[in-house]
Amino acid sequence: MTPISSSEARGGRLEVRKTYKLYIGGAFPRSESGRSYVVNDAKGTFLANASAASRKDARDAVQAARKAFPGWSARTPYNRGQVLYRIAEVLEGRRAQFVDEVQRSEGSGKRAAEAAVDLSVDRLVWYAGWADKIAQVVGGTNPVAGPYFNFSLPEPTGVVAVVAPQQSSLLGLVSVVAPVVVTGNTCVVATSSARPLPAITLSEVLATSDVPGGVVNVLTGALADTTPTLASHMDVNAIDLTGLAGDPETATALEVAAAENLKRVRRAPAAEPDWTPEPGLEAMTTFLETKTVWHPIGI
Amino acid sequence: MANDDISTPGTAAAGTGATSPAAIFDYAPAPESRAVVDIRSSYGLFIGGEFVDPAQGRSFKTISPATEEVLAEVAEASEADVDRAVAAARRAYTRVWSKMSGRERGKYLFRIARILQERSRELAVLESIDNGKPIRESRDVDVPLAAAHFFYYAGWADKLGHAGFGDDPQPLGVAGQVIPWNFPLMMLAWKIAPALATGNTVVLKPAETTPLTALLFAEICQQADLPPGVVNIVTGAGDTGRAVVAHPDVDKVAFTGSTEVGRSIAKTVAGTEKRVTLELGGKAANIVFDDAPVDQAVEGIVNGIFFNQGHVCCAGSRLLVQESIAEELLERLKRRMATLRVGDPLDKNTDVGAINSAEQLAKIRELADVGETELAGGPGERWSPPCDLPGTGFWFPPTVFTGVTQAHRIAREEIFGPVLSVLTFRTPAEAVEKANNSPFGLSAGIWTDKGSRILWVANQLRAGVVWANTFNKFDPTSPFGGYKESGYGREGGRHGLEGYIR
Repeated sequence: MTPISSSEARGGRLEVRKTYKLYIGGAFPRSESGRSYVVNDAKGTFLANASAASRKDARDAVQAARKAFPGWSARTPYNRGQVLYRIAEVLEGRRAQFVDEVQRSEGSGKRAAEAAVDLSVDRLVWYAGWADKIAQVVGGTNPVAGPYFNFSLPEPTGVVAVVAPQQSSLLGLVSVVAPVVVTGNTCVVATSSARPLPAITLSEVLATSDVPGGVVNVLTGALADTTPTLASHMDVNAIDLTGLAGDPETATALEVAAAENLKRVRRAPAAEPDWTPEPGLEAMTTFLETKTVWHPIGI
Repeated sequence: MANDDISTPGTAAAGTGATSPAAIFDYAPAPESRAVVDIRSSYGLFIGGEFVDPAQGRSFKTISPATEEVLAEVAEASEADVDRAVAAARRAYTRVWSKMSGRERGKYLFRIARILQERSRELAVLESIDNGKPIRESRDVDVPLAAAHFFYYAGWADKLGHAGFGDDPQPLGVAGQVIPWNFPLMMLAWKIAPALATGNTVVLKPAETTPLTALLFAEICQQADLPPGVVNIVTGAGDTGRAVVAHPDVDKVAFTGSTEVGRSIAKTVAGTEKRVTLELGGKAANIVFDDAPVDQAVEGIVNGIFFNQGHVCCAGSRLLVQESIAEELLERLKRRMATLRVGDPLDKNTDVGAINSAEQLAKIRELADVGETELAGGPGERWSPPCDLPGTGFWFPPTVFTGVTQAHRIAREEIFGPVLSVLTFRTPAEAVEKANNSPFGLSAGIWTDKGSRILWVANQLRAGVVWANTFNKFDPTSPFGGYKESGYGREGGRHGLEGYIR
């Protein structure tokens, strides 16, 4: 087997292999540790070397996410919806590459991979549409017993650490990242450890989709190298443990670490969910705060 | 322990004139009668609809913080008692409450709300005796709001499918609830009303210093013929609370209290299926711009920090004043503070009552002393109006610290007492920066005549409740809760249902 999207030298031409890197603050650095690890396909054949992110990379990524938060959260929901839709557009344009990568990463058939990529695009479009509607659905005015105008609106909670699903390398990833960023949060994603390649290619899509640098930061490597740092980081406001499905021990340890600064926690399910049904609001509302504003009414 | 917390009389008089207004307008005492309240000499635990003795027979005393008089002996629930209470709640949940239609559940809640109104005077007096808060507040704020919460959530019980959490939301099961001493009855209502409306049953632990209104509420449950076990009340201190939170058959934990305890609860429930809501500490910024109506702002500042002796998690304890009006505002604030009447909680003219406990008083004193040390040598000062504090009981005069900086502990840590720290700012951006410079994010205040500025600042503030040109307003329809380390989840409103359903 050969690296993704290439075949043996065609017509005597030697292919240019891709170097897979991290995605931090809108740039594609190698791990500061200089480490990389071997990524194999589902059959155990070499696909590529990917960067093994270190604790320092995780901290850098949090810093980038924090820096991006004021700007991203202040965008109008309309604008964030446009950006999400743009991601879908660019992803659609690179459909073939993603089908290939998902197929090799997950060892699925071509049709299953195509379905996963198509649904990933559709899911981004679905979340894009939520950007300017979520406040209308979960916010509102409160009819208090007094002369006050009082309304509640949802606001992003801040920097969210996301442990991405380990099986579903693209659809699962999109399903946990899109709800976090569409509502104005920024995030640091620890990708599937064994199937990281679609995530890195998705980073390239994000980088060319008007997503400001730092809104999504992507770390590849062993979860044990980065997730404890993310869970205990005092400048991370929330953590999504979905990627630890089936590993309650690790999930519990991270939840305990997250309690130190009272991070919002989305707990790990017992098994990785089926990502195909339409999601509910929970993936968004878990990372939203409700702000209630009061003002007297009078003349 | 008289006026040892008051700075020199010379400073106190500055800007207030030689004679304080309180002296000019001397009020005759106007005590509320205690006759309406019947306090028993001892109380058992309320489990399965009855008062029962604790397994280990241990008890503790609850006292009046204003007089240190022992009010009653209250049972201390051990782990075995909590076990019994959870079992009673589970039984009531499985056999009765989860099967009951929302319509019938709602009717019980309406009943409770009505009884709270009917017995409002009794509850208010008892609350003031046990807690030390002024009767004016327990009568006009605590009890009416408690009743209003039951009314509000009663109406949700048969309409849950319309609440936006799916067509057929289901209760979680048994809710373990731990509440603080600052608003004993109101916190009980905030916890119990949404839990029952959504079909959960509860085991509630009131604070060890203020258990009496919860125990009177138990009698109200009996009077309302609430099915046994739907509400269980276990009295005790930290150990009892820990037993409730950690109990394996509790499906939902709801806690209001300190961030420190909230943190440990979050660790306790990690890795379990338990759902959690936490309402924790705060250090609210109350921001006054130069175009604010000053007298109105002063009223708001006083209400923000001296309401309920400052025992309020969302109290406006950090006053941020625009530099250009700081001097004038502080002068008027001091003048206003000098009119506050500190004393007998049962006197209808009292503005500031007793500190809830000797322990709390010690904490307030310690942090206030730290504040004084931090200010030493700088332009700031510690100031309290002249006031005669009673000789017995726990008292702390309304206190203001000026010239405070963001690095000072009194600007960073929750004091939970009538202590205000004053900082200044020059631009709106600086105000926002300073306001958000805190691990807490529960509440904030804005005072300005400019509407667009209110909306801009409200947008920027990282806090769950923002009061503009008002402060410390609460309503059952209105979600309340914190950002950051002030906890997670919301209480009140439609949002308050979310923590109790799946």
